[in-house]
Amino acid sequence: MDYSSFIYLKEELSLIAVIVILLLYDIFGSKKSLTYFQPVACLLLVGHILLTCCPAPAVLAIFGDTPAVDQASAGVYPLFSGMYNLYPLGSIVKSILAVGTLLVLLQARGWLESENTVIRRGEFYVITLFTLLGMYFMIAAGNFLLFYIGLELASIPMATLIAFDKFRHKSAEAGAKYILTAVFASGLSLYGISLVYGTTGTLYFADIPAGVTGSPLQIMAFIFFFVGLAFKLSLVPFHQWTPDVYEGAPTPVTAYLSVISKGAAAFVLMAILCKVFGNLIEQWQAILFWVTIATITLANLFALRQQNLKRFFAYSSISQAGYIMLGVISGSALGVTSLIYYVLVYMFSNLAAFGVISIIERRSGKVTIDDYNGLYSTNPRLSVVMMIALFSLAGIPPFAGFFSKFFVFAAAVAEEYYWLVFIALLNTVISLYYYLRVVKAMFINKNETAIAGFRSDAYTRLSLVICCAGILLLGILSVVYGSIHHYSLGW
Amino acid sequence: MEYTFIIVLLPFLSFLFLGLAGKKLAPRVAGYVGTAVLAISAALSYLAAWQYFTTAKVGGVFKPWSMDFRWLNFTKDLHIDLGMLIDPIAVMMLVVITTVSLMVHLYSIGYMHGERGFQRYYAFLSLFTFSMLGLVVATNIFQMYIFWELVGVSSYLLIGFYYTKPEAVAASKKAFIVTRFADLGFLVGILLLSFYTGTFSFERLTSGDASLFNEAGGVTFMGCSVIGWALALIFIGGAGKSAMFPLHVWLPDAMEGPTPVSALIHAATMVVAGVYLVARLFPVYYLEAPDVLVLIAIVGAVTSLYAAVVACVQTDIKRVLAFSTISQIGFMMVGLGVSGLEGHEGLGYMASMFHLFTHAMFKALLFLGAGAIIHAVHSNEMGHMGGLRKYLPVTRFTFLIACLAIAGIPPFSGFFSKDEILAATFHFSPLLGAVMSFTAGLTAFYMFRLYYRIFWNKETRHDHAPHEAPRSMTIPLVFLAFVTLVAGPIPFGKFVTSDRAEYLIHLDWTVAGASVAIALVAIALATLLYRKESAIPDRLATSFKGLYTAAYKRFYLDELYLFVTKKIIFNGISRPIAWFDRHVVDGTMNGFATLSQRVSCAIRGFQSGQVQQYVMVILLGTLFITVLVLFI
Repeated sequence: MDYSSFIYLKEELSLIAVIVILLLYDIFGSKKSLTYFQPVACLLLVGHILLTCCPAPAVLAIFGDTPAVDQASAGVYPLFSGMYNLYPLGSIVKSILAVGTLLVLLQARGWLESENTVIRRGEFYVITLFTLLGMYFMIAAGNFLLFYIGLELASIPMATLIAFDKFRHKSAEAGAKYILTAVFASGLSLYGISLVYGTTGTLYFADIPAGVTGSPLQIMAFIFFFVGLAFKLSLVPFHQWTPDVYEGAPTPVTAYLSVISKGAAAFVLMAILCKVFGNLIEQWQAILFWVTIATITLANLFALRQQNLKRFFAYSSISQAGYIMLGVISGSALGVTSLIYYVLVYMFSNLAAFGVISIIERRSGKVTIDDYNGLYSTNPRLSVVMMIALFSLAGIPPFAGFFSKFFVFAAAVAEEYYWLVFIALLNTVISLYYYLRVVKAMFINKNETAIAGFRSDAYTRLSLVICCAGILLLGILSVVYGSIHHYSLGW
Repeated sequence: MEYTFIIVLLPFLSFLFLGLAGKKLAPRVAGYVGTAVLAISAALSYLAAWQYFTTAKVGGVFKPWSMDFRWLNFTKDLHIDLGMLIDPIAVMMLVVITTVSLMVHLYSIGYMHGERGFQRYYAFLSLFTFSMLGLVVATNIFQMYIFWELVGVSSYLLIGFYYTKPEAVAASKKAFIVTRFADLGFLVGILLLSFYTGTFSFERLTSGDASLFNEAGGVTFMGCSVIGWALALIFIGGAGKSAMFPLHVWLPDAMEGPTPVSALIHAATMVVAGVYLVARLFPVYYLEAPDVLVLIAIVGAVTSLYAAVVACVQTDIKRVLAFSTISQIGFMMVGLGVSGLEGHEGLGYMASMFHLFTHAMFKALLFLGAGAIIHAVHSNEMGHMGGLRKYLPVTRFTFLIACLAIAGIPPFSGFFSKDEILAATFHFSPLLGAVMSFTAGLTAFYMFRLYYRIFWNKETRHDHAPHEAPRSMTIPLVFLAFVTLVAGPIPFGKFVTSDRAEYLIHLDWTVAGASVAIALVAIALATLLYRKESAIPDRLATSFKGLYTAAYKRFYLDELYLFVTKKIIFNGISRPIAWFDRHVVDGTMNGFATLSQRVSCAIRGFQSGQVQQYVMVILLGTLFITVLVLFI
């Protein structure tokens, strides 16, 4: 056992350190010092993000260490005999997820300070960061066991987050629904993994491809495995839990579920499809083809009729996951670049929207589209933020959402999925309709009793400013896409 | 030279500031901010010009300086960059634009005083200046296209500044649509050119590297090479912006905008964008498509003559100036069209750029002078003027200087530049030279007709005596008049030439003498007819009634356009398309929408809220997919 390898785990180790510090702080901190809990937690997370963004070789250089690993294999450093993979794209995705988590935590602050939740604020941070840690392990896993541990670490605490408002009936119900379906899906997934082990005799990602011959049992194994991640991504037909859970969960948790959890699952799915099941590419492309079409179309059709904004965004996020699948299905370097870029842009857009929903829900208790009538006259800035977010989600230039859609379409077209892209394009028209419904409500519909104007707290405002900056700049600054592309070339 | 970036950036910041915070500022402050920012930009441009022309010469040739950053990748070779290209013509344009823009900013403080939307006006002026500067420093044709469109938009906004006036709104729409129509040609040209050469970069295109065009070598379309088509299409874009016949129809109407805007956009800067574009790509035109250059020369000459004839009979002083602008840009195009590339052959190019420079100054002066006159008498019509020389001494003298310059009387700047163009044209073809000389004579005639009818002739009764404009307006007039006086003897050939090497100007005395004589005769004629009130002009108008009316109506070109668009295109093409759109396309879309709504309604029950059912669906879905993949 080479203990020096632990240095390479800087992302996970620093996150664990943050969690431990916060846990101790929450338990032993005096009541007075705990008033600073959230700023301290956010600052710690910022420190963690900085460390994550810092490329591994640079960190290594500080310790005067040369990588004791095989550099030949396209930027992937297998560690701990291949149990853990270190690679630049993974670090990029991890830092994106960490930034998203930070934004969610900023938005959650006001809610956590409310009477019912203030004593459990420490728990919220620790549990959220544990799920993030689970996603890190999923991303970095080089073995199905570690992957499965990551998957569970990212799911089980999530159920407690969803049921965080446990005195609210809907929240508790959503938590129960989530854990039941999640357990079922991961059970199927585990069954698939066991079949993989049965047919190939190994759980290491690096060794499996040699044993994958495409026998029916292996195909079945793959499909069962796929269900676990498809559930997280809420692809049709594994999506039905989504609207109920999104509606019932506290809004910051919904935001977290819809963006961070999904982004991680999408990237991991693509990584495993390409690296582990590369030999089954024909089968999984065929599956994804139909699943993608069903996901985008059905989700859009459901979204058309939603009145509750949180349910509305549940369906919207299902259809967005469908668009992300366009990047996955191509299975190319272009696909993975466009996927990561899509997740990044989607994160800023969706979190901007959820930030607005969250603050409005807290101040007025209102969450339906009709309640937003005339919002522009009372809260012009929030309305504009919401509008920018919706335009970006709908893919209207010059907002970043346009570019991210463009790139996933380009990736799919490069693999000659013309019909798929055509159907996806038709669906963007439908999605434009329902996104514009909200914009129309805010800007055009008249309302005598519009939600009263208010000033949101500094944390929410900071997060919204970051999101808007992301939406406005990401599309224009080509360097972002370019640098992701640079690292994905070894894909 | 990195600091040149700031020249472009400053007006943009000023636009953002005035556009976002303008409403909170006092109008006066907005004006001062805009003017101050432009003053810094202008100072930096002068510094850049001085530094470039003193240091950039390597082996007798000015070396271009550029910086680039990659913005969008299309393919491995083809990418869009944004950057700065500093070479002699770009530096010259920087100086011209910032100078005229600064003068206009300053002038507008007085002229636009008390107008509604004063801050908005300054924000738009800054936006325009930014776009124009971005256009001239573009490193590649795509960047130029982006700024080209931005220029179009800001011109649209400024022409329609008085948006409560229906004529202004119509004029802004007309300008936008006509130029946009031409830009379509430009875009197709860009796509063709870049498709075959694999690059957008000006430096690569104009490097004289023939291998770039190898791929397009054998490709022809309707008897012309593809590169020729591409360049001709690009020229159409330029012709639209530069108001070349027959795409000039928008410019006279654009005079509905505030007069300083006309001075800035429709006299000195934007309308020469087309000339600049051809000059930018000149080596490509010369080496790859000399036929297109001849076409450019002919279009320029026709435009020039046509506009000069029309200018002789217009009565709105701004329209006279508008047609005069069109005519002068025609001169520049002719200069480029007849030019060669190397050494002494490049006379036309050098002269054209020189004329661009001098024309920008004296035409801006004329427009600003016209603004001062309009400011004094509150009318654009010559009939409401006359005898103003007593009331507006500064305006009168500066106006006279500009008239002499445009008429080509030495030692004013216009003489030198126009004379070089005439010399180059005679060298190319005596026939074309004769046409251009005649046009130059017409120019002298209509300018002095304008001058006499404003400042001499019969004095009109005014309700209150006209008064000279305030200081902020007269300073720009005096400054521009000064430039017009001294710019002539500038050894322009030292700085801006077709091959970037030095060119020694020596006057062709036969051409110069002849053209001065023609100009003097024309001025004498104008003096005879218009200095005192006389009946001869009316008698002439009656005896040549057909010609007079035709010219007054601009040879019915606008009517022709209206006929073609309204009668033929709207009825014959648009209506059937509209029907198709309403019934077939919308019908499909409505059907699609209804279907979506219905399906959406029908599948609602699917989402029951029961977790057992959800799990069931997951299981069945998994098995279904498995069966599907394994057995089909």
